[in-house]
Amino acid sequence: MLIAFAVAATVAVAATALMVSSRHPVHALLDLILSLLAVAVIFYLLGAPLAAALEVIVYAGAIMVLFLFVVMLLDLGRVAEEAQAALEPRALRVPVLLAAVLIAEVMSLLVQAPSGAGGRQVGAAAVGGALFGPYLIAVELAALLLLAGLVAAVHVGRREDAGDTRGSGS
Amino acid sequence: MSGAVPMSWALLLALVLFALGLIGLLVRRNLVFILMSIEVMLNAAGLAFVAAGARWGEPDGQVMFLFILAVAAAEVAIGLALVLQMWRRFGDVDADLTGRRDGG
Amino acid sequence: MAGALPFVIAFPFAGFVILALAGARMSRRAVAAIGAGSVGLAAAAALVAIPAWLAAPHRELVCTLWRWIEAGSLSTPIMLRLDALSLVMTGVVTGVGFLIHLYSIEYMRDDDGYARFFAAMNLFVAAMLVLVLADTLVLLLLGWEGVGLCSYLLIGFWYRDPANGRAARKAFVVTRIGDTAMLIGLLVLFDRLGTFAIPELMARAAARWPVGSPVAIAVAALLLAGAVGKSAQLPLQTWLPDAMAGPTPVSALIHAATMVTAGVYLIARTHVLFELAPPVQTAVAVVGVLTLLMASFAALAQHDIKRVLAYSTISQIGYMFLALGVGAWTAAIFHLVTHAFFKALLFLGAGAVIHAVDGEHDIFKMGGLARRMPLTFWTFTAASASLAGLPLVTAGFYSKDLILWRALSAPGIGPLLWAGGLAGAFLTAVYIFRVVFIAFVRPAAEPGRALHRPGPWIGVPLVVLAVLALTAGALEVPRTLGGVHLFSHLLSGVLPEAAHEGSLGLEAGAQLAAAVVALAGVAVAWWAFGRRPESVAAPLGTAPRRRVFELWADGWGFDALYDRVVVRPLVRLSEAAKGDAIDALAMSIAGLAVRLNRGLALTQDGRVRRTLAVLAAGAVLVGALAVLT
Repeated sequence: MLIAFAVAATVAVAATALMVSSRHPVHALLDLILSLLAVAVIFYLLGAPLAAALEVIVYAGAIMVLFLFVVMLLDLGRVAEEAQAALEPRALRVPVLLAAVLIAEVMSLLVQAPSGAGGRQVGAAAVGGALFGPYLIAVELAALLLLAGLVAAVHVGRREDAGDTRGSGS
Repeated sequence: MSGAVPMSWALLLALVLFALGLIGLLVRRNLVFILMSIEVMLNAAGLAFVAAGARWGEPDGQVMFLFILAVAAAEVAIGLALVLQMWRRFGDVDADLTGRRDGG
Repeated sequence: MAGALPFVIAFPFAGFVILALAGARMSRRAVAAIGAGSVGLAAAAALVAIPAWLAAPHRELVCTLWRWIEAGSLSTPIMLRLDALSLVMTGVVTGVGFLIHLYSIEYMRDDDGYARFFAAMNLFVAAMLVLVLADTLVLLLLGWEGVGLCSYLLIGFWYRDPANGRAARKAFVVTRIGDTAMLIGLLVLFDRLGTFAIPELMARAAARWPVGSPVAIAVAALLLAGAVGKSAQLPLQTWLPDAMAGPTPVSALIHAATMVTAGVYLIARTHVLFELAPPVQTAVAVVGVLTLLMASFAALAQHDIKRVLAYSTISQIGYMFLALGVGAWTAAIFHLVTHAFFKALLFLGAGAVIHAVDGEHDIFKMGGLARRMPLTFWTFTAASASLAGLPLVTAGFYSKDLILWRALSAPGIGPLLWAGGLAGAFLTAVYIFRVVFIAFVRPAAEPGRALHRPGPWIGVPLVVLAVLALTAGALEVPRTLGGVHLFSHLLSGVLPEAAHEGSLGLEAGAQLAAAVVALAGVAVAWWAFGRRPESVAAPLGTAPRRRVFELWADGWGFDALYDRVVVRPLVRLSEAAKGDAIDALAMSIAGLAVRLNRGLALTQDGRVRRTLAVLAAGAVLVGALAVLT
């Protein structure tokens, strides 16, 4: 169990690191998908099969595909390569520092807190029961959020036609 | 199957992923890469939630993960729409182009 | 009738109102009739009031007209008082004023501002009468300010020339210094004694304040400051020579006969306060002596005939202050009266001369006028003689001699003051006969020049004043020469007289000294200026003497001194304040907001990555706070 976890964790971290430092958007996206899949495995290992399924279907399957669509639509491959050629090691200093601080903070908490292990699986039925129970309002709000996101994306992404003078020029 | 994966390990993993995403966010200039780094961070947060929920055997962690998913989806949609607009306007998706000098 | 008293003021005031509103549309004759007529009617009203005054108890007519200020314990009605002192002053103001108005009918005929002139002159007469007839100090202050206003209006009468405006402003500002001190004094009096009515004030002050008490000294000093300003004494005398920028009748009426004597009147009216403050009274005398000497030297060095007369006025009022300072109240008022006659005459004569030579003021450019303008010459000479105090035949002799005798017989520094006064008398004779000889007797600088001879409106007042200047002395003749005391008897109810009477011999000796000094002055003037005309143009050879001469001509450099010490620091201060420190402080808030905006706007420049960086750092910071607390 723990070994599987360790392997999956390593894969996830490595894939993410590759993604962050990648030059080519498509390669980066694939790396990201790999990372997400590794995390899905971890979800399963934690006894959350629904989360694992959702991770694969929604996150890796829908959101990343959307990314792919846009990258390929705009043919960003070539452009990104040239821009990233200018990336210097110097720019890494502050972000790495921030990340290190962050890790230190949370680790200090982790060290203090008891870290029990779970044991049972929490299946889809339990999650569904929670969603339609105490978290009902949040579900509705999430739906509203998705609607708002939809409308906003349509509006923001529209084409500026010659006769279209309405709305704030963005 | 639902083994004894200590919560602290999972949280540590989430932390590392989050930190990597943060670094990517701050370092990259390409807007698409920035968005991807945000996704990484969101995912890491979701992992933390699920791990915590599994520790106590409650569905709440997964419920939170679901909502994070919804948020990520909405955010990606709008973010990519912005990328589209930027591409149309500038021909490039470099984040520095949003500064005032270029009339952004 | 007692009811005639308010009319004394009402007539000139009505004249002012009519001329101010409708004068521009009236004919010259109508303006003259109203302008001069109103003052004449005022004089008539004063005469009409005399029987009632004689019949009144204590020879005091008090007329309460209206309520004015009633606020809590403060109650000042408008009250007029006619007693011997104010009767004398009223007589001078209306009588001499009327003559000057008659003179102005012809003198100002060619001026566009004819109606404006008479309107302002009438207002002045009204204000001056308010001043002398007031029974409350507040009403007196009203008249005081009123004459100051009219002085300003009339000095700057020819307003198109900015220099005249400056002279008017200078007069106003300098007297304002004195006025402010006087106002403070008034307020202290009210605060301590609870009333503004003059008789009550004097009675309460005498009852409550011991001689030499600090509050009496303070109040008397403040009132003295006011008198010094209005009467152009040291150190506030700088405005009077410049005030000659106004038309000559103005100089005659305001700056010789009446307004400048208001200070003397004030001190005489409030003499009780000065008797309660001996140091201040001594200061009055000292100021008088210093002023009369300083002004006499200055008069000696002037070219402009009117400036000679201006310094002469300053000097003669110094004599009045000297008299007040040694307690010779009646003598001061007597000299005030005779001075009004001969000084007004001198000014009117100078005006006739200036008018005749087409506006020339410089005596060195005149000459030969004795033969061509005999009336003017003889009246001018009569006035000069009276000013110099030529013995026996001139009124000036009697009034000036009375002052000198009182000074000599006064205790303490009396003899020192007397010596100063005597020296001043010598100088007076010299400087005025210098003018007579250079401007009239000497052959003309330009022989062929045309002259405008004066008409009857100018001539008659000159003659009347000349008669008065010579004969008014008969009112008060010292005992060594017969002993007529009409004048002091008249004023005895109002002004106390010093009890001290020195020895007869000393008095006769003093009179002899005064007579000799006056005649000697005339002789010196003749020797220096009359005998050798060609020596006049270059009076002094050596440079140090020339510098002294120029210092005198400059009025002892007071203008330069005040400019350096007062004016320039004030100007610098106001220029510094122009930067408006308070406004800058208020605007600094706006400036801060703008700077803050600019700073904050830098964060809104749309640079995404910077925003992200700040967000990340902030989140980490918050996490650190959460962890550490």
